[in-house]
Amino acid sequence: MNQSEENKKKVIVRVCIGTGGLAAGGKEVIEAFKKAIADFCVDIDLDFTCHYQKVGCRGFCARDVLVDVVDGDTSVTYQGIKPDIAKRIVEEHLIKGEPVKEWLIDDSYHAFHAKQLKILLKDCGTIDPEDIHAYVKVGGYDAIKKILSSMIPEDVIAEIKASGIRGRGGAGFPTGVKWEACRKAPGDVKYIVCNADEGDPGAFMDRSIIEGNPHSVIEGMMIAAYAVGSNLGYVYIRAEYPAAVDRLKLAMAQAHEMGYLGNNLFGSGFSFDLRIKLGAGAFVCGEETALIASIEGERGMPRAKPPFPVQKGLWGKPTVINNVETLSNIPYIIRNGAAWYSSIGTEKSKGTKVFALTGKVKNTGLIEVPMGIRLGEIIYDIGGGIIGDKKFKAVQTGGPSGGCIPAELLDTPVDYESLGRVGSIIGSGGMVVLDETNCMVNIAKFFLEFTQAESCGKCVPCRIGTKRLLEILDRITKGLGREGDIELLEGLCAGVKSASLCGLGQTAPNPILSTLKYFRSEYETHIREKKCPAKVCKDLLTYSIIDAACTGCGACKRACPAGAISGEKKKPHRIDPEMCIKCGACFDTCKFASVDRE
Amino acid sequence: MVKVTIDGKTATVPEGITVLDAAKRLHITIPTLCHHPKLSPFGGCRLCLVEIKGVPRPVTSCTTPVADGMEATTTSPNLENLRRTVLELVLSDHPNDCMVCERAGDCTLQELAYSYGIRENRFEGERRTYAKRDGNPFIERDMEKCIMCGRCVKVCEEVEGVGAIDFAYRGFKSKICPPFERDLDCEFCGQCVAVCPTGALTGKLWKQKGRQKDVREVETTCGYCGCGCNLTLHVKGNEVTRVDSKAETLNEGWLCVKGRFGYSFIGSTERLTTPLIRREGKLEPASWDEALDYVAGRLKGIKEEHGSDALAGLSSARCTNEENYLFQKLIRAAIGTNNVDHCARY
Ligand SMILES: Cc1cc2nc3c(=O)[nH]c(=O)nc-3n(C[C@H](O)[C@H](O)[C@H](O)COP(=O)(O)O)c2cc1C
Ligand code: SF4
Ligand code: SF4
Ligand code: SF4
Ligand code: SF4
Ligand code: SF4
Ligand code: FES
Repeated sequence: MNQSEENKKKVIVRVCIGTGGLAAGGKEVIEAFKKAIADFCVDIDLDFTCHYQKVGCRGFCARDVLVDVVDGDTSVTYQGIKPDIAKRIVEEHLIKGEPVKEWLIDDSYHAFHAKQLKILLKDCGTIDPEDIHAYVKVGGYDAIKKILSSMIPEDVIAEIKASGIRGRGGAGFPTGVKWEACRKAPGDVKYIVCNADEGDPGAFMDRSIIEGNPHSVIEGMMIAAYAVGSNLGYVYIRAEYPAAVDRLKLAMAQAHEMGYLGNNLFGSGFSFDLRIKLGAGAFVCGEETALIASIEGERGMPRAKPPFPVQKGLWGKPTVINNVETLSNIPYIIRNGAAWYSSIGTEKSKGTKVFALTGKVKNTGLIEVPMGIRLGEIIYDIGGGIIGDKKFKAVQTGGPSGGCIPAELLDTPVDYESLGRVGSIIGSGGMVVLDETNCMVNIAKFFLEFTQAESCGKCVPCRIGTKRLLEILDRITKGLGREGDIELLEGLCAGVKSASLCGLGQTAPNPILSTLKYFRSEYETHIREKKCPAKVCKDLLTYSIIDAACTGCGACKRACPAGAISGEKKKPHRIDPEMCIKCGACFDTCKFASVDRE
Repeated sequence: MVKVTIDGKTATVPEGITVLDAAKRLHITIPTLCHHPKLSPFGGCRLCLVEIKGVPRPVTSCTTPVADGMEATTTSPNLENLRRTVLELVLSDHPNDCMVCERAGDCTLQELAYSYGIRENRFEGERRTYAKRDGNPFIERDMEKCIMCGRCVKVCEEVEGVGAIDFAYRGFKSKICPPFERDLDCEFCGQCVAVCPTGALTGKLWKQKGRQKDVREVETTCGYCGCGCNLTLHVKGNEVTRVDSKAETLNEGWLCVKGRFGYSFIGSTERLTTPLIRREGKLEPASWDEALDYVAGRLKGIKEEHGSDALAGLSSARCTNEENYLFQKLIRAAIGTNNVDHCARY
């Protein structure tokens, strides 16, 4: 070696190890880079040193593993990287200076990001979540230092109120108002609880924030604690998030070491510590009173409010429960000011919201958008439109508590009030795009299956009511729907909504009500004509072969697992409807589109 | 004190009580199924829903505390519609068993179905079925009739301090059971049986011994221990078929396993009905006077021959404090020894 290591230029290889990144092989990709560099070192003297940075979710999970190569001022991003491609990037890009074109991000990557506004996810994808210094370097823990040195708790609450931020856990309750109520509640001992239960199917917003930027959540909790007068916080996080739990534990340990958690922080006299409580994966434990019961070691069952947790919460003490995303916003609000935050969004919904965009859009992933963006912009600009350019049918927002919004309402701005008006909710941020091949009765059934299975069983309308709703939906999809079933659904939905104890039961009928509102004819066709217009409900389909189109190739015959197809070579084949199990294999196999599905 | 108005009637009631309690004071009846006045509020059956002015959705009166100036309505077409829906839902997951049910005539659910005139049910569907029967000796657990009111769980936890049963599973499959669904193995105090509003929990001993009509109630005091709990014997003909206790007794209606289930000796043919004296190795019936004279004579004899300390007295936990006091007095003063003790020490 003729050049000392320090004098060499530094190249940074930044690899996504968020949920999607890890699943796509992020860790293996790093190893592959290291190995490739080591291999080349044997033969040539490299004129650079390579540094690796693990970062959290960058959002575009469909294109993982995402890798940035940062060389001085220029940064190049690769997508879809597998371990075996690492060697080529090292050889062609790092050594010869020629980026590998075929793996570079394309226009859709830019389109995916163009309309997003990243506050929380900005640091998520750029800093190493396993290193507290990375967070400190981008301004981390400045907010808590600032308030400890210059703000009284009432000022902090006023600032949060002025920012207009509302809870991201689903209900959209103004965070500053909640803190103020807790501050004013009598008592010396108070608690801050971070709700990281994230039970909605398909949601991974909170998980990605904790995995990608755990310190922002810790700092948010510290600020909340200072504002309400608490010294102890709990993070209630589901045990099914082992990576998030590990990062959080690591972050807590590092914060302790740096003196950012513990007694007399920054010499201010303010002390704050954190505990982790693992949840066992019950959706209902995300409901705040059930969550409290769960931390206390009881079965996670909601109880009637009042008293509200801010009056009587954990261990009977005043408690603020906030969602991960809510808390993660707090340091940014304090650092940049309430005026900055409230300049983003609409009149009543401020700031940005993270969504898990999934379903039939081309670009799926985690997105952060300013409140007030139109649904259509998310689906067509960020999401890149529908896969296979099929027809858009609806977008389901808010998970099992939300509703389906049809094409004619794609202009609806994404904010608490507007989505509420069209029969859905923002919820915690699930967004599933549906196309013409989705059956709306079936979608409603899917969500009811979830809520029914997750009902805590405490109250009658939810425990038995959702079961009966599910049974009615089930019989409609099986061709056994009866005249009057729609009215029965509507009546029971109304009953379950207004008689249930907690938010789970109160919102469980929403998927049915919104699909009934916008897609009623689809229900009617199922019931009256025993047909599924989207051709999804198996029991309502019949498969047959169109004689005129069948070439007699026999492909369907070979594909059929039930032996239901017969026919001589080069002569039209035939399906025995008695034997057909409606699996659709013939339909998918036939190259001549001669299998008819009705 | 706060002022509340319920169905147009105004009353001043103590702060902190529930709307349900306030309604009771005004002699307004609100249907309930899961509420029990001695247990913490649950709010699960949703029958006690009321409308409160200024609150957008109906709330359960059994859990909602009164507030000054509160105006509540306990009945309206909407509320009655919700109650009927809830009842139909409960009944849709309940066996149609009143005909042979131990609790018929004394069942809150049956009474509610009767008063709401529910014959047709819009929501028929799958019902929970449990093949397994609980093999414990005292409590019949017919959990298909359980309406998940949670009263048994709470009485076991809050009154008995035992926690032998709890909620398990989620959704429609939720149920109340002992750990791991084993057979009940507990104090068998039967408190859970006493508070169950349906036929889900009954006593094995009183199975098919008769329901309400031909049963006489006899008030008495339990002889098992010095607590002296008040008992209500259910007597059919001359047979005690069941024992329970009323809420307004000194023991507040709570009993233990002996008081509640230990009554089959009453009609036993082996039961002693007169004192017996063993003469030449054989037990022979005697009158009380004969027997007491015999005992007194022997005590005197032993005392004279061997001295007072040759005698000792051991008394029973079934005696009251007063009886135990008199007993030790007899041993110390009349017999003249301090050899006196009590079974509870062994
Ligand atoms: C059935 C049910 C599930 C919920 N799950 C969650 C959850 O997973 N995460 C969450 O933050 N809030 C969840 N909530 C909302 C919480 O009850 C609570 O409102 C929220 O955590 C408050 O935080 P925020 O004010 O920051 O939104 C759930 C509510 C219900 C009714
Ligand atoms: S609404 Fe459902 S989840 Fe909520 S308390 Fe009732 S049964 Fe439990
Ligand atoms: S749908 Fe499946 S079972 Fe029916 S004919 Fe086609 S391949 Fe056979
Ligand atoms: S529990 Fe009540 S409603 Fe049920 S079968 Fe018995 S008497 Fe009838
Ligand atoms: S008999 Fe007593 S101890 Fe046993 S479950 Fe019932 S209440 Fe609990
Ligand atoms: S067994 Fe009886 S008391 Fe217990 S929950 Fe069921 S109905 Fe209620
Ligand atoms: S009595 Fe109030 S909910 Fe059951």
